[in-house]
Amino acid sequence: MSALKRPSSLGRRFVIAVPFAWLALAFLAPFLIVLHLSFTDMDPAGGFGSLTTYVDGVLNIKVKLSNYLFLAQDELYVLTYLSSLKYAAITTVLCLVIGYPFAYFMARARPAIRPTLMMLVMLPFWTSFLLRIYAWKGILANQGILNHLLLSLGVIGEPLHMMNTSFSLVIGMVYAYLPFMILPLYANLVKMDLRYLEAASDLGATPLQAFWRVTVPLSKSGIIAGAMLVFIPAVGEYVIPELLGGPGTLMIGKVLWDEFFTNNDWPLASAVTVVVILLILVPMAVFNKYKAQQPAEGRA
Amino acid sequence: MRAMGSRLRGNDIQKAGVAARSPIKLRFLPILSSAAMTIAPPDASPPFLSIRNLVKEFDTVRAVDDVSLSIGKGEIFALLGSSGCGKSTLLRMLAGFETPTAGTIALAGKDIVGVPPYERPINMMFQSYALFPHLTVWDNIAFGLRRDGLPKDEVASRVEQMLALVQLGSFGKRKPHQLSGGQQQRVALARSLAKSPQLLLLDEPLGALDKKLRERTQIELVNIIGQVGVTCVMVTHDQAEAMSMATRIAVMSEGRILQVGAPGEIYETPNCRFVADFIGSVNLFEGRVREDAPDHVIVDSRECSHYVSHGITGTAAMEVAVAVRPEKIALQATAPSAAQRESAAEDGYNCSAGNIATISYFGNETLYHVLLDSGMTIKVARTNAARHEQSRLERGQRVHAWWDGSDIVVLTA
Repeated sequence: MSALKRPSSLGRRFVIAVPFAWLALAFLAPFLIVLHLSFTDMDPAGGFGSLTTYVDGVLNIKVKLSNYLFLAQDELYVLTYLSSLKYAAITTVLCLVIGYPFAYFMARARPAIRPTLMMLVMLPFWTSFLLRIYAWKGILANQGILNHLLLSLGVIGEPLHMMNTSFSLVIGMVYAYLPFMILPLYANLVKMDLRYLEAASDLGATPLQAFWRVTVPLSKSGIIAGAMLVFIPAVGEYVIPELLGGPGTLMIGKVLWDEFFTNNDWPLASAVTVVVILLILVPMAVFNKYKAQQPAEGRA
Repeated sequence: MRAMGSRLRGNDIQKAGVAARSPIKLRFLPILSSAAMTIAPPDASPPFLSIRNLVKEFDTVRAVDDVSLSIGKGEIFALLGSSGCGKSTLLRMLAGFETPTAGTIALAGKDIVGVPPYERPINMMFQSYALFPHLTVWDNIAFGLRRDGLPKDEVASRVEQMLALVQLGSFGKRKPHQLSGGQQQRVALARSLAKSPQLLLLDEPLGALDKKLRERTQIELVNIIGQVGVTCVMVTHDQAEAMSMATRIAVMSEGRILQVGAPGEIYETPNCRFVADFIGSVNLFEGRVREDAPDHVIVDSRECSHYVSHGITGTAAMEVAVAVRPEKIALQATAPSAAQRESAAEDGYNCSAGNIATISYFGNETLYHVLLDSGMTIKVARTNAARHEQSRLERGQRVHAWWDGSDIVVLTA
C-alpha cells in the first residue's frame, strides 16, 4: 500500500484549498456558531449571552449545559428524536426494497436503453421539489385523486383518511429519496463483473442463490452508500413532515424550526441541532472505521 | 520443484471425491430418438464427452461452426487457437453459459444441452479465476459444496482436503486479494475440483501468470489433474501450454476444428498450412508434384526439388506446400555429401544454397535466417549442443541448407 503523494506545488494546494475554504466558511463556521450558542443563555434583551466574561481581571468561562439537560429531561425531544430515526429508517428500508430491483434491472438492461431508464429516475428532479410534494397533497387528500379513483371503482365506500398521517409522510419521503438510493446502487451493480455470477452458477448456485450469495454481498458498498444518502437527510427532513405529516408524525426538523423561529429560543434550538448532528455523525464514524478495517474489497 | 499434493495420494482423493459427490441432477433428460440408437453400434463404448455437429451463431457470425469431437475419460484435451477462433465459445457451451444453435453435447452418454450450468456435473476454472472477492479462500472452496446441501462436517473435511491438495492449508482465512497470482490460481483450481466434477474446464488456466511461474504451474497443474483423475478440457492460445499439458490438442480457426491429435502428431504431421504455421515455426516451400509414387514423391519448387520419402494423398501436378521445421534443417559451408544423406535417392534433392542474413543467439539454440538464392528467407534452428562449436557460421557466409526426405511434410490444404 503506497500512500498518496502529497500535493506539493502551490497550484495544487490552491485547487484543494478552494473547496476546503468553502466548507469551512459555509459549514464549519456556522456549526461552530451553533455549537457556541447551545452553551449560552438567552439574553432577556434579545441578544445572546457570552461564554466568557472578563471582569476585574478575572476571566470567567461559563458553559451552560442546561439546554442539553432540558433536552434529556423533556420527553418531547427524546420522542421526537426517536420518531425521526424511526421514519428515516422506514424510509431507508422501503427505498432499498423498491430501489434495489429497479437498479438491478437497470444495470442488467441492454446498454442501449440504460440512458432512458436513467432519465426516468432523474426526471422528477426537473420539477421543483416543493411542487412535487404539494402534488402528493392533491393525490392523497380526502377529496383527492386516489380517493376519487378508489370510490369510483367501488373499492371503498367512503374516502380514506390518508393525508397528515404517517402513511402520507412515508409515501412522500420514499418518493422524494428513492433516486438517491437507486443511483449509487445502479453505479455499483453496473460495474459488477458478471463472471462472478457465472462462477456461482457453475458451482451449482441457482439464479436466486447466486443473487443472495454473490450479487447482494458484492453490492454491499452500493447499499451502504444509498442507505446513507437516504437516511442522513431523512432524519433532519423538514419540508415533507411539514406538508404531508400530521400531529402524530413528530420529526426533529419541524421541532428545530419551531424552536428557532416560533419560540425564538436559539440556545435550545442550537442544542437540538448539535444533538441531531451527533446522532448522524456517530453511526457514520463507526461505519467509516469499519470500512477502513476492510480495505479495497478487491475488484478483479 | 514443490510437487503439489505430495502429502495425499491420488487414490485417497479419488475415493473421497466419489464419496463427496452428490447425485447428479439431470432434470431435462433428453428423449433418446430411435435413430440415435441405431447409429451407435450396440457394444461400442461411447466416448466420455461427445460433441456432435455443434454450431453457435451470434447474430450473423458463426462463432462455432459444425464442430464434432470425442473426448475420452481421463484425457486432458486442449482447444488451441488464436483469439476469436471460437474456442472459448465452445468451452462456454460445455459449461452451459451459451446455448448451442445446433448440435448435441453428451457427457457419459447423457445429452446435457438444455441442462442449466448449475445442474451440470461440470466445473470450470475461469480465466483470471473469478474468485468471489467477498469470501475467504475457505468459503470460496466451500461455495459449491454448500449449494449441494452437504452436511457441515463433510464440507469442512472436503475443503481441508482441497486446501491440502493445492498446498494452501494455512491460507483458508485469507481473502483472494491477499493472495499472489499463483496462489489465486491454486484456489481457483481447488474450488473447481471441490465438487469432484465429471468434467473440468480450464479457461486459459495459466494466462494470468508470468512466464517463469507459468512453467512451474503447468507441471503442478498436470500433476494434480492426474492425481484426481478428472477429464479435462482446456482452452488456450499458448501452444507451449497446450503441448506440454494436453494429451490431445484440437487446433481451431474461424470456428472450425482443423486438426485433432497428440502434441507430437500435431507438430510433426500437421494436416494443413494453418496448423503447420500456427504450431511452432515452419518453412513452407510452395511447389508442384512432379512424381507421385507410392513410396516417395518429388516436388519441384523454386528453391530446389524435394524428395519426399513417403507417399502422399495427392496427384501429379498438384499444387502443394513442402513444410520443413527449422530444427530439421542442417547448415554447412559445403554441399552435403552422399554419406550424410538418408538414402542415395535424395542426392541432389532437399538442398538449397544461400547466404546467412541474420544470426539470433538464444543460448540453448541459435536461429539463422538464410536468404536463399531464390529470394526466399528460411529459418534454421541449430541446438548449441556443445559449448564450443567446431565450425562457426558467420553472418553473410554462403551456406548450404539441407534436410532429410523423411522430415518433410507435404501439405495439400
